[in-house]
Amino acid sequence: MTTMEQTTETIQVYRVYIRATPEAIWTAITDPDWTERFGYGGRGEYDLRPGGAYRGWTSEEMRANGAPDLGVDGEVIECDAPHRLVQTWRMVMDEAMVAQGFTRLTYEIEPGQGDVTKLTVTHDLTGAPRLAALMNGELEAQGAGGGWAWVLSSLKTLLETGEPIRP
Amino acid sequence: MSSNDDDRVFKALADPTRRFLLDRLHERDGRTLTELESEIEMSRFGVMKHLRVLEDAGLVVAQRSGREKLHFLNPVPIRLIHDRWIDKYTERRVSALVDLKNELEGKTG
Repeated sequence: MTTMEQTTETIQVYRVYIRATPEAIWTAITDPDWTERFGYGGRGEYDLRPGGAYRGWTSEEMRANGAPDLGVDGEVIECDAPHRLVQTWRMVMDEAMVAQGFTRLTYEIEPGQGDVTKLTVTHDLTGAPRLAALMNGELEAQGAGGGWAWVLSSLKTLLETGEPIRP
Repeated sequence: MSSNDDDRVFKALADPTRRFLLDRLHERDGRTLTELESEIEMSRFGVMKHLRVLEDAGLVVAQRSGREKLHFLNPVPIRLIHDRWIDKYTERRVSALVDLKNELEGKTG
């Protein structure tokens, strides 16, 4: 059963509608001065070209709790600002997650109705069940954050109100 | 989130068939209409209608994969409602209770 689950395709899809421009959403995802204001709150640094590096640094709060400096690493696969960003994504804070290898993450930003923009996050977590549990929020009660739904809810709040969800 | 969006979420959730469909997707995500239909005593048209309501509320996202249309559970609208009323005020206390429960169960177990 366990081996079955590991080979089964695991894709998580999250969508949120945000009253903001596609450019503002793109900046919030790719500019470290913005990424530290929502979700897990670390600085995300991108070299925005195919093959360019991605480094997701941990937040001060995470480091105060014993986390290493680097939280996530990866590589840009496709970059079409402000519409589409595809990258590899690997959590490096946890040995079991490192062992499960790189996952594939896609951000799609499309105009919605009126001044609303549609953001879809597709995370292909095939072969990474531990990371899948983290990203769908199953580990929230253990203090591991609420995964993508939590991240996108706080991104919406930040962009629509200017306020980080947790001060 | 506008109150109109909230209305759609609550209306979509106010139906046992639609909650059943969400439960099936929570159990295993990315299913086709045919797969979902096989788990429920209802016509294909009926299941399609319920999926449409869930999609309109943003609770289900459909994506094309080759010739198939796969349905994914999107928990973000529920999270937005959670963060609006629960997270701000009570989450820390809830976490503390969970810790306490784990600690107590660990001690007695």
